[in-house]
Amino acid sequence: MYNFDVEKPGTVADAVAAMRTEDAQALGGGQTLIPTLKQRLASPSTLVSLKGVAEMQGITRDGDSLRIGGATTHATVAADGNYAALSALASHIGDPAVRNRGTIGGSLANNDPAACYPAAALASGATIVTTSREIAADDYFQGMFDTALEEGEIITAVNFPIPQAANYQKFVQPASRFALVGVFVAKYADGVRVAVTGASNEGVFRWTEAEAALSANFAASALEGLSVSADNMIADLHGSATYRAHLVKVMTGRAVAAAS
Amino acid sequence: MTKVTMTVNGKTVSGDVEGRTLLASFLRDDQGLTGTHIGCDTSQCGACVVHVDGVAVKSCTMLAAEADGATVDTIEGQANADGSLNVIQQAFQDHHGLQCGFCTPGMVMSAAALLKENPKPSEQEIREYLEGNICRCTGYHNIVKAIMAASGQDVTAIAAE
Ligand SMILES: Cc1cc2nc3c(=O)[nH]c(=O)nc-3n(C[C@H](O)[C@H](O)[C@H](O)COP(=O)(O)OP(=O)(O)OC[C@H]3O[C@@H](n4cnc5c(N)ncnc54)[C@H](O)[C@@H]3O)c2cc1C
Ligand code: FES
Ligand code: FES
Repeated sequence: MYNFDVEKPGTVADAVAAMRTEDAQALGGGQTLIPTLKQRLASPSTLVSLKGVAEMQGITRDGDSLRIGGATTHATVAADGNYAALSALASHIGDPAVRNRGTIGGSLANNDPAACYPAAALASGATIVTTSREIAADDYFQGMFDTALEEGEIITAVNFPIPQAANYQKFVQPASRFALVGVFVAKYADGVRVAVTGASNEGVFRWTEAEAALSANFAASALEGLSVSADNMIADLHGSATYRAHLVKVMTGRAVAAAS
Repeated sequence: MTKVTMTVNGKTVSGDVEGRTLLASFLRDDQGLTGTHIGCDTSQCGACVVHVDGVAVKSCTMLAAEADGATVDTIEGQANADGSLNVIQQAFQDHHGLQCGFCTPGMVMSAAALLKENPKPSEQEIREYLEGNICRCTGYHNIVKAIMAASGQDVTAIAAE
């Protein structure tokens, strides 16, 4: 690693100020960033650790809306249970030690094409709350490792509308424990949303044909006539594009069958 | 350099660290606590697992500066006060839960974290909890068996492999 300074602000205001340092970068749980720094793929001057920012910690429920602080760990979300499908998703990220450090803000900021939280945020129509604005999930994810975040912007919270029923099905890539394909299905009063991670070269995406079919009939059988194009699907040694396209439909069906 | 102070295995220690100093390096190089192993250094293998404020973390994937003020427990602090092996360590010995021993500090620390959360885990729960701890030697069978035994469960019916 190249060397850097570490700042540990206690408030969002101090974190924003620290992020103004030239080449400063936010540090969430470090479960992605520290391995990246070890490979010398980044050389920040200063890491602004968000762990000590109290306003960014923890989970609060207001009616059917769940606010999760941006520095809340996967382990805390896993233990929460207010949004069962989301807690279940968090409980299968990586391993216990990764879950004790990794944060929802870090996962969404990183937007790994095989990460789990992006699927939950997009399928839930979540709102990403940052130090300068609120961003709808539909506008937030902009392709592999790419988001609407601007330089210095920090995710302070994520607001999830709690659905009537939801489920996440992850086909685990056994070496990395990320999703080879993961599908999050969420059913709301005004319709069903389906978000797919792990599959596309464009990163997380909504499968709108499945959404229409499932909004009309929320049953795995509603997917029967549909197919997913292999165009632009990720192809690597773990699975071909056609295989991933096939898995999208299989995992969607399983998620619908398991949704509660 | 910044000064960090933490409680390691019940003792207050401090030292000067760079921003980039990993908790694992601080423990090993500064404190001489070389029981915490660095296997992969890529956050995969769990040989470096220690407890920070009571929960398991990979010390190769946490900065020493982030542990300033924290309570850290490592494998060196696990034995009983009289120096004898604690119940998990003894079970690893009794059930042949190690061969080369490289992964063992991390395995024992993960097992301790698991048993704190879940005092009588099933075999499946143990296997899932150890997902981030890689062992190249044992095939896991005897590790899982040792942890079941350490949690007071009868393992006589489980074959020795
Ligand atoms: C062995 C292993 C297995 C894993 N398995 C999975 C898995 O199955 N599924 C999965 O989804 N993920 C997995 N991960 C990734 C893990 O979830 C990471 O914790 C997560 O991707 C990054 O979160 P972090 O808090 O650690 O962020 P960091 O590593 O600290 O940061 C990642 C990026 O986000 C930025 N950042 C951090 N916090 C914020 C914030 N609040 N606002 C703005 N920017 C921010 C940083 O500057 C950096 O660019 C795994 C990781 C490991 C090591
Ligand atoms: S050395 Fe830390 S996970 Fe392998
Ligand atoms: S005993 Fe050798 S790696 Fe586990």
